[in-house]
Amino acid sequence: MRWYVLRRLGASVLTLLLSSIVVFIGIRALPGSPAIALSGENASPKILAVINAEFGLDKPLPVQYADWIGQVVRGNLGTSVANGLTVRSELAQRIPITFELAALALLVAFVVGIPAGVLAAARRNTASDYAVTTVSLLGLSVPSFWLGLLLITGFAVHLSWLPASGFVPFLQSPLGNLEHMIMPAFVVGIGLAAVIMRQLRSGLLESLGADYVRTARAKGMSEFRVVCVHALRNGVLTVVTVVGLQLGLLISGVVITEEIFVMPGLGQLTLESVFSRDYPTLEGVVLLTATGYIVVNVLVDIAYSILNPRIRVTGDAE
Amino acid sequence: MSVTAVITDTAPAGRRQGRRALRRLLRRPPAVAGLAGVVVVILIAITAPWISPYGPLQVHYTDVLAGPFSPGHLLGTDDLGRDILSRILWGARVSVLEGVGATAIAAVIAVTIGIVAGYYRGWVDGIFMRLNDVVLSFPFIILAVGLAAILGPSLVNAMIALAVGLIPVFLRVSRGEMLSIREEDYVAAAVVNGAGLRTVLFRHALPNMISPLSVQVTVAIPGAIIGAAVLSFLGLGVQPPTADWGSMLSEAQSYLSRAPTFAVFPGLAIALTTMSFNLLGDGLRDVLDPRG
Repeated sequence: MRWYVLRRLGASVLTLLLSSIVVFIGIRALPGSPAIALSGENASPKILAVINAEFGLDKPLPVQYADWIGQVVRGNLGTSVANGLTVRSELAQRIPITFELAALALLVAFVVGIPAGVLAAARRNTASDYAVTTVSLLGLSVPSFWLGLLLITGFAVHLSWLPASGFVPFLQSPLGNLEHMIMPAFVVGIGLAAVIMRQLRSGLLESLGADYVRTARAKGMSEFRVVCVHALRNGVLTVVTVVGLQLGLLISGVVITEEIFVMPGLGQLTLESVFSRDYPTLEGVVLLTATGYIVVNVLVDIAYSILNPRIRVTGDAE
Repeated sequence: MSVTAVITDTAPAGRRQGRRALRRLLRRPPAVAGLAGVVVVILIAITAPWISPYGPLQVHYTDVLAGPFSPGHLLGTDDLGRDILSRILWGARVSVLEGVGATAIAAVIAVTIGIVAGYYRGWVDGIFMRLNDVVLSFPFIILAVGLAAILGPSLVNAMIALAVGLIPVFLRVSRGEMLSIREEDYVAAAVVNGAGLRTVLFRHALPNMISPLSVQVTVAIPGAIIGAAVLSFLGLGVQPPTADWGSMLSEAQSYLSRAPTFAVFPGLAIALTTMSFNLLGDGLRDVLDPRG
């Protein structure tokens, strides 16, 4: 077990290092440059050279990379080219917003997805199964940014129940914070709920056909206990995997939803810095996302190997 | 002799299985509905110039932001007075092209790599798997947005950007299948029989992983269609004035209060298309995947 974890961690560190190189080169491959973005298309070469020198962009690429990664390891992500703030303070400001959105979206996904999945599996091939399955297929097919636009049209523009965009910190106004979060969290969460429901349903159906479930039923155990205690314990494994695999879906949903609802989170920062060619900020935010993504996937793998010991033996033999 | 007989027999057997799978698929109403939806969308994409009431760029200055069911415009008009129905029908071309194109590019590249890596294993496999991990360490949309921004906004570039994001899934499936297929007797028989590497990999191994791959294809296409819509929505895909569902939604965003239905129909087109592919994909999975 310890070896499995160590090997998995070692591989991730290597992946992260390679990813940082890809991020670094990829960002410099964007057409244009921060200097052009700052001073306009027609700026004289002299001005561009001054700006490049100030941000160290005139050095050879390997030197720039070494400088950057050396600072990153020490926790210094540099200074934004666009607004002069340190990337770290910019990230620190936006992380709570994105985390709150992601956490609420996961809450929506669990609260909707798990009961729906259990219901569909327990009442297989009945009207409620078909209803749940159809709705989840809808949730899977509807693009989240369109759902966002529809909700804004309905609840913000026409009914005026909720604000259409923006963000209020929780400490400033808990109610205002929630009002701004409801629609975005629903938009991101409902797509995930559909995925969780589908996976949980098929996982549960598999365990409901297992011998230990037949034994439990033969003992005269109530159907509720059979489904919710015996079968669901195995279903949890499915949910853990799904959440790990769908983390990308969660992040993608958050990025586009922040854009639709004009929430100043990490997703919006990513898109903003792509368009303003803000190299340091973009490097920081993408590296942070990649790190988080890799870390969560390692944690999921480890959690999975604890929940299902067979994985440890076969390892990564897939 | 008997060995060759076994080998030459694999292709027709595969075709027979394919026909049987198709018959089982057609017995499932949801899958049939999905298949029908997919066929309709493809037909619309092909026949758009003939079935659209107006040209996709034709402006009607007197009817700007008309609601649905207004005279002459079944689904209304947009902010420039262009007929929304016509633009949706033309937009099917872009969506189908991007969804199918991105998936095809990804599948061809990834399956080739996956088959070779899975057959040779060792360091070739190691290198490709590390590269795959690197691609996987970026969420799909961030990768697509970044690549589309690097390549510059256009239909082909959006397709390439989406294809790169789709490569890991196909690579994982084809490599995994190859790892088990290479242990099969028919592969050994072909090698002993003097078959060249290309024959072994593409004539013997590839046909035997068509089932799991086709399930992946039907999962990847709707993902790519939504991804393409997101890219155009952000201004990183097909450029205006081309009729495209994602760009139409981005235009509609400015008129949510004045013309609330403007945003409804293009999104509905995306949802119905992806739903058809998803239904078909579910059906295929049930029919082809032995693990259920």
